[in-house]
Amino acid sequence: MPERPTTVAIAIDGVDVEAYQGETVLQCARRHQVDIPSLCFLEGVSTMGGCRLCVVEVAEDPRLRPACATTVAADMEVTTESPRLRSYRRSIIELLFAEGNHVCAVCVSNGSCELQDIAVRCGMDHVRYELRSPRRHVDASHPKYVFDPNRCILCTRCVRVCAEVEGAHVWDVAHRGHGAELVTELHQPWGEATSCTWCGKCVAACPTGALSHQGSAVGEMRHAPNMITWLVAARQRGEWTEPEARR
Amino acid sequence: MSDTASVLAVTVPESKRSVVRRQAEHLPGDDRFALVDKHLKRVHFAQDQLIETLHVAQDVFGSLSDEVLLHVARALRLPPSMVYGVATFYHLFSFEPPGDHSCTVCTGTACFVKGADDIVSGVAKAHGVRAGETTGDGRLTLKTARCLGSCGLAPVVVIDGEVLGHQSPQVAVDRLDAILSADAPQAAGLGSVVVGGGA
Repeated sequence: MPERPTTVAIAIDGVDVEAYQGETVLQCARRHQVDIPSLCFLEGVSTMGGCRLCVVEVAEDPRLRPACATTVAADMEVTTESPRLRSYRRSIIELLFAEGNHVCAVCVSNGSCELQDIAVRCGMDHVRYELRSPRRHVDASHPKYVFDPNRCILCTRCVRVCAEVEGAHVWDVAHRGHGAELVTELHQPWGEATSCTWCGKCVAACPTGALSHQGSAVGEMRHAPNMITWLVAARQRGEWTEPEARR
Repeated sequence: MSDTASVLAVTVPESKRSVVRRQAEHLPGDDRFALVDKHLKRVHFAQDQLIETLHVAQDVFGSLSDEVLLHVARALRLPPSMVYGVATFYHLFSFEPPGDHSCTVCTGTACFVKGADDIVSGVAKAHGVRAGETTGDGRLTLKTARCLGSCGLAPVVVIDGEVLGHQSPQVAVDRLDAILSADAPQAAGLGSVVVGGGA
């Protein structure tokens, strides 16, 4: 059995909680049922800190900190909800919607989409920014899965899962800035990528409808990011808990 | 070169052999890969030498084709997607074969103030090519650059590696016309000059 980790006391939204030394603010908050919104974070793979939805206020620090990439420290006072944070999060979500082509009504993930859930939670009813409406082509060349870049928010969960958990590194981000896009191998159709093992972990990890099973109709797609977390934890501990305990 | 092929044959699993075989086939026929392999050997196939290797490959080939990227990826034992991601991130790497001649207009602050935009549009109009692209006949590539560090010469144009200061649209176009017409009859093979000089 692993040793019991040393703990420090921190305050989340004014409530004193016990945090493990070395864990992040996001992990600590989730353990104590404080749900900080996030998109790029996935327990079990490396931290990217790119979506910035999990920003929190830390007492006596004027800057906002990403909860997923901030390690707890003794006597830290964290605020996860405030008018300022709400306004930033809403802006981020609106920018994500403006960047791609996110049309929930025709999306395979309608009803089970993390982007949609957070948009609803932030109270986003319209996008204040001009929509970029980029022209992007759907890649349905893979026999089992479909990649729709229109719905991709470049959270890179699939990239990290494929590289770190499956070990194939089929996916990566190419180009930069507004031209950034996900590619398989040398930007060839997914179905022609010889290193793809067809394992489907990237599809399980995807927070939106960008990666889906072939043949899914509107609202039919169910992702399983918790399965990745469960798999990594099982490998690390050498303990395979009941599937019900995946959460 | 043959060292690379044999190393790959050993380290790449059976399921991926088709890729290696496809790549090994071109090796004997193309001397340019030997120059890249020479660099790879010098850096002991270290994976952190990816960017340097891509620079060498671009110097040798003129641009980075899928074949070259795959060669570098296999030699450094890196995933092709990562090599592609790194290569496309940097503006200095190009993926289209360059034209026989190049014209780079500096659009840094000093040159911009002195009318670099007019030079870009002047050359673009005269040769029917947009900035960053190559003419249809593959004769000329028009590029822009951010400050070449010769602000005293603004506006600066670099034609075939020669830095020319105090340019105007007309002077630049005339110069290009002279260079293009000088070797117009020779239908030189693309990149043959580079190979002869390098090897």
